[in-house]
Amino acid sequence: MHGSHATGSPYAPYTEEDRTAMLETVGAEAVDELFDIPADVQFDGRFDIDARTERETRRLVRSILDRNDDVTELLGRGHYGYYVPSLVDHLADRSEFLTSYTQYQPEISQGFLQALFEYQSLLVELTGLGVANCSMYDAATALGEAATLADRVRDTTGHRVLVPELLREERRSTLENYVAGTDLAVETYPVADGTVDLAGLTDLVDDGVVMIYAESPTVRGTIEEDLAAIGDLAADTEALFVLGSDPVALSLLERPVDVGADVVVGDASVLGLPTSYGMGLGLFATREDYLRQVPGRLVGASEDATDRRAFTLTLQTREQHIRRERATSNICTNQAWVALRTAMHAAVLGPSGLVELAERDVQRARDLAARLDDFVGVIASVHDRHHLREFVARVDRPARAVADDLEKRGFAVHVVGDHEIQICIAGVCDERIDEFVAAVEEVTR
Amino acid sequence: MSGDRPDVSDDGDAPQSRYDQARYVENGEYEPLLSEKDRTRVKIGGDDADTDGSPLPDDLTRDSLELPELSEPELARHYTRLSQMIYGIDSGPYPLGSCTMKYNPKFTEDVATLPAAAVHPDRTEASVQGTLELLYRLQDYLGRIGGMDAVTLQPPAGAAGEFVGIRVAAAYHEHNDEGHRDEVIVPESAHGTNFASAALGGYDVVSLPSDDDGRVDLEALEAALSEDTAALMLTNPNTLGLFERDITTIADMVHEAGGLLYYDGANLNALLGRARPGDMGFDVMHYNVHKTFATPHGGGGPGAGPVGVVSDLAPFLPAPRVRERAAESTAEDPVYERFDPEHTIGKVHGFDGNWLVLLKAFAYIARLGDEGLADASASAVLNANYLAERIEYDVPYGPFHHEFVASAGEQDAADVAKRMLDYGVHPPTTKWPEIVPEALMTEPTEVESKDTLDRLAAAFNAVAGEDDDALETAPERTTARRIDQTTAARTPRLAWQALEDDA
Repeated sequence: MHGSHATGSPYAPYTEEDRTAMLETVGAEAVDELFDIPADVQFDGRFDIDARTERETRRLVRSILDRNDDVTELLGRGHYGYYVPSLVDHLADRSEFLTSYTQYQPEISQGFLQALFEYQSLLVELTGLGVANCSMYDAATALGEAATLADRVRDTTGHRVLVPELLREERRSTLENYVAGTDLAVETYPVADGTVDLAGLTDLVDDGVVMIYAESPTVRGTIEEDLAAIGDLAADTEALFVLGSDPVALSLLERPVDVGADVVVGDASVLGLPTSYGMGLGLFATREDYLRQVPGRLVGASEDATDRRAFTLTLQTREQHIRRERATSNICTNQAWVALRTAMHAAVLGPSGLVELAERDVQRARDLAARLDDFVGVIASVHDRHHLREFVARVDRPARAVADDLEKRGFAVHVVGDHEIQICIAGVCDERIDEFVAAVEEVTR
Repeated sequence: MSGDRPDVSDDGDAPQSRYDQARYVENGEYEPLLSEKDRTRVKIGGDDADTDGSPLPDDLTRDSLELPELSEPELARHYTRLSQMIYGIDSGPYPLGSCTMKYNPKFTEDVATLPAAAVHPDRTEASVQGTLELLYRLQDYLGRIGGMDAVTLQPPAGAAGEFVGIRVAAAYHEHNDEGHRDEVIVPESAHGTNFASAALGGYDVVSLPSDDDGRVDLEALEAALSEDTAALMLTNPNTLGLFERDITTIADMVHEAGGLLYYDGANLNALLGRARPGDMGFDVMHYNVHKTFATPHGGGGPGAGPVGVVSDLAPFLPAPRVRERAAESTAEDPVYERFDPEHTIGKVHGFDGNWLVLLKAFAYIARLGDEGLADASASAVLNANYLAERIEYDVPYGPFHHEFVASAGEQDAADVAKRMLDYGVHPPTTKWPEIVPEALMTEPTEVESKDTLDRLAAAFNAVAGEDDDALETAPERTTARRIDQTTAARTPRLAWQALEDDA
């Protein structure tokens, strides 16, 4: 009964005897009688999907995925493949974590609520901001939510949202969709040598700006050096300063609160998730001033009937299931389990491990750039900036050809310009880096 | 006579289970926070002799970072204890109405962790043919199951799928010079996300009352429809579990008015293999793969909310989608590529959505096949009907399908739920939809056996027979007793840093 199952779902544990008894209880001859579907919309066809045993299904999926080439990815630009400790997989996969629902019954869900509370606390430490929610979908949607928050909290009559011209097109497009229902208009400001062109940005800022978005590290891996100046610029015009970053970078770089950030967004799953074809975890933190306007779920501490500290979802009147069309967001299902994994990964590293990881990301990117820069026909990095984990290199040959030749040798890099490739060291071990350097030397000659 | 043994029989021979959840208490408090186990401050850069010096100048770095620094054994115990303070599907029945809390097959976790699945979204098409093929096949599966012509897998949750539907509708109307349509109609009893997704898209929401039988009131619909109508969002079966018998009439009315008909896929589990939204006249729908296709809810997510549309709307779907590159494909060796639909609304996620969730959904569908999917809906509907028959609470609306809404009558539904926790079952969704007083919205799904349903019914019935005192003091056997919601909201403490402030 539990192998091939030509007669039904392998996860519906009936015997025929049970079914007969149940039908008798409900007073029906057959299950079909229980369906109240008009004849003209009944489906009499087939999907033509064959049932398979568990083993056959696993073989099917493996055979499909084996068509993916096994290459070493030196890829980043918003999605990273850090090594995830075994503890994360084993404990996050405990079925109580994996198979429970949103904690609408907090008394029976304390463990998950506490883990999410600890996740929020991690983000509060990393950002210096007072409030972090317990997840958005990813960095792009968190940016979209930041814009609608800016729209709600700003008294100014303006509607301009300024984003860097280097912003990933996918993030920009997601942002455009999120603001489509508002009067907000997204504009770009210039970038100079990989970071904000402060003079260019200053020229664009006026009272009509409700939000300025900057990233550090940027999509090109450069570390922004003028964050405090951008914060001042935003404060002068009462625009919200929204900063994009991630937990590894935030372990080392300037604290967002110290540079005047009002909101921090980004992909928190750089910790906790391996490379997952872009699946992420939207980081969202903001000042306590905006607490009542925060999108998504919040876990808070309270007491139970024995006066012991206990955790619960709170301030739910912001949310769609209570406030409906006046909710701060439409989000319901979020990325809670990824947040759990991120919190676990951060806990395994601890503060010293987090700082060390970020420092190594700076050092290893710098070292690799220096090695590549030695080759004739390569300039690395093209930007005279500090970098975290990735950088852009100029190659004399067409970048596409270089990348294709590298792929043949088992390495994937980004092509970001006619003669520019981008290289990320996150999660790549030193031995592979050595082989990569040799491959680059071959293909850039 | 058995004086050596602890008394575990205080429930006598009662048919319902009792449940005592794990509870750790140290220093008078439950399991301590990580921050109460350790706080270590690591200094960064500067002249501190303890640091090796940062590779960055001090003005680009923070001064220090303070977090718990614990050993792996300590962390393993921490998270194991936390997990024991959670009730999951593998703990017992979980009949949350509208949530479709099915058993999550274990093997799908194994396929999601295959090394070949761990690819970066910026890889070249040629080097990730496996991923593209799997996405293509899932698009195809979902299209067949929903009766839809084209599918996007990008939305990372049901609400994100709704938002895509709303944006696609807007783009479609705009394309047809009908951009003036600024209203979306949503039944009063719909999921809260419907209202919120329409509002996020900039639409005015027109709320639609139901008729006396609990279905769409056609006269009210007629009155609500106008040349300003962009779409009607419907769940079918609706949140009472009732099939909208007039669905083809409703579809005709909406289309006559120039609007689109949106299907909220939350309740698709009732219809698998028996009816398809595409055949009922729906133009656009989302699928909740974390409901219908058994991917785990993970304590609130991640899910995935793919969207299917009829061919007229396909050009507006998010970018990219996956298709076969016909010129280079052969039957034995198909070649797949990403493409941007002609009038795409763009992106609703930074990459291509929740890949690992989509992978699990594909595996689930491939495992069940036609027979398994059809049996899922049949068993889900039989289970709901059987359970409703066995409980003492009144169920005012029918005939229902995969879920029913009972009324707790004189009792407070929220208290009923708290008391049910003591009987080793998760309670139903409560106080919604509001059309049923003190609603207990119950969806047992197909995965429960007759025995489990009997035990679940016994839990309902035990609570039905209890007085207000027992209900108001519940739960007693969960890790935490009843939690004070008012204090939590009035004095928000949302991080361990905030707990210190008031110490």
